[in-house]
Amino acid sequence: MNAALLLLADSRLPAGGHAHSGGVEEAVRAGAVTGLDDLARFLRGRLATAGLVAAALAAAACELASTAADAAPAILRWRRLDAEADARTSSPAQREAARTQGRLLVRTARRIWPSPALSSLARAVPDGAHHPVALGATAAAAGCDPGQAALAAAYASVTGPATAAVRLLGLDPVTVHRLLADLAPSLNETACAACTAPHPEHGAVDPDDAWTADPDSPWAALPATAAPALDLLAENQLRAATRLFVS
Amino acid sequence: MTAPSPDARSSVRARAAIRTESGPGGGTRLDTLRSDPPLTLRQTGPDVVHLVSTAAGPLGGDHLALDIDVAPGTTLDVRSIASTLVLPGPFAGDSVMVVNARVGAGASLRFAPEPTVLAAGSSHRVAVRLSLSRDAAVFWREEIVFGRYGEQPGRCRSRFDAVVDGSPLLRQELVVGDPATDGSPAVYGTARCVGSTLITGYGATGSGGDAAARREPSEHAARRAMLGDGCAVLPLAGPGVLVSALADDAVQLRVRLEWGEALAVPFCRESPTAPS
Repeated sequence: MNAALLLLADSRLPAGGHAHSGGVEEAVRAGAVTGLDDLARFLRGRLATAGLVAAALAAAACELASTAADAAPAILRWRRLDAEADARTSSPAQREAARTQGRLLVRTARRIWPSPALSSLARAVPDGAHHPVALGATAAAAGCDPGQAALAAAYASVTGPATAAVRLLGLDPVTVHRLLADLAPSLNETACAACTAPHPEHGAVDPDDAWTADPDSPWAALPATAAPALDLLAENQLRAATRLFVS
Repeated sequence: MTAPSPDARSSVRARAAIRTESGPGGGTRLDTLRSDPPLTLRQTGPDVVHLVSTAAGPLGGDHLALDIDVAPGTTLDVRSIASTLVLPGPFAGDSVMVVNARVGAGASLRFAPEPTVLAAGSSHRVAVRLSLSRDAAVFWREEIVFGRYGEQPGRCRSRFDAVVDGSPLLRQELVVGDPATDGSPAVYGTARCVGSTLITGYGATGSGGDAAARREPSEHAARRAMLGDGCAVLPLAGPGVLVSALADDAVQLRVRLEWGEALAVPFCRESPTAPS
């Protein structure tokens, strides 16, 4: 049991998450999400791609925050993990949104759960770390383990968009919550998969082709599932004349 | 009747290689061109190699590998004669294609084979590992077609990792044939093809990537993505640009990628060149 996980995942945590729709607003505008069935497919696909990547990065960040002791090497490792997040986020609009949310979360979290790891992350990436990295570091500061950090990231990857869809499409909030409840087993599976490193699907496909061990990048083999439609949606959202959500 | 057990002789293991070296007068010479059927390589120009598939497939259970080493200052252009049709094999097991490529300082690699088509029932895995020097120029195109016309696609996991001087530039994995992602408006929508082209070049974005862009508002504007129908030109955080496209068929996919590739080129040269 860990009540800190509830605090971390609570949408009432004042860290600005409510301002982002995770691509739903643009999907609604483009007519790609018009009702519950589309939304269900959107959320499932988002969880399997961006959600899995976020969960893996959050777990890695939580692990790093729990182990990093010395200040100077910690800063380099935070930057390296943040660069791994960058390499998995090809859309500039998504990187900007992830950093904005990460910056706000770290600022908030440092007041709620002051910790050397959060200070170190803030120093390492002053412009704002990617949100999953910030979330993992915050989870560690709050006393959560990497599995819980991954679960919080997976959860955030679908609950924000679901809530946004309720507002954008005037959907019944109870029915949308039913969609989220249906996704609960997948959220658990995603968090588990995110913590199994290297991911079995991404590791060596053959002993001859084993990844050369890279001491600088223990995170090279973490999931990197792409969602090309989310990239297009994020970039189109930036160009929309009127928008309710930042991303 | 008992099912035959997987037998090493029933599937193909092949490892082909291409290596360049500096030729006389600063040109490129092919130092190694090692075919291993079904991966057959043919030199079709001074620095052009065509991949000629000399057997059907890959089929389930096949394990193919291609090693590419572009020496500093040399040039290599890898193409293919036809698209690759991935088929299910007689035995259980994925077909696997691994490409390891190293591109040295001042070297240039263009890798643009024809699309990979996932026939119904196939299960394919691709791993591309691209290791670049900071001033290497690379054009790497990947196109995946979700089954032949009117066909349910097979399954595919295509993982791409590009590292520049040891720092990650792009890591992405495209998953096709998974009920969670197929038909999701967040992943491929209604598209039947997905493609991307990674382009890096001399002084592509300079050091600092986004961090530098945030300090320089004018540069930030130049580093914004460009959008077309079903296509985006995405400046990466590191020194490179990804053109990403979704389309209904392979012809439309190529048109969309080429549109983006032409726009991406100015990002990747110190002196912008007009798209041709």
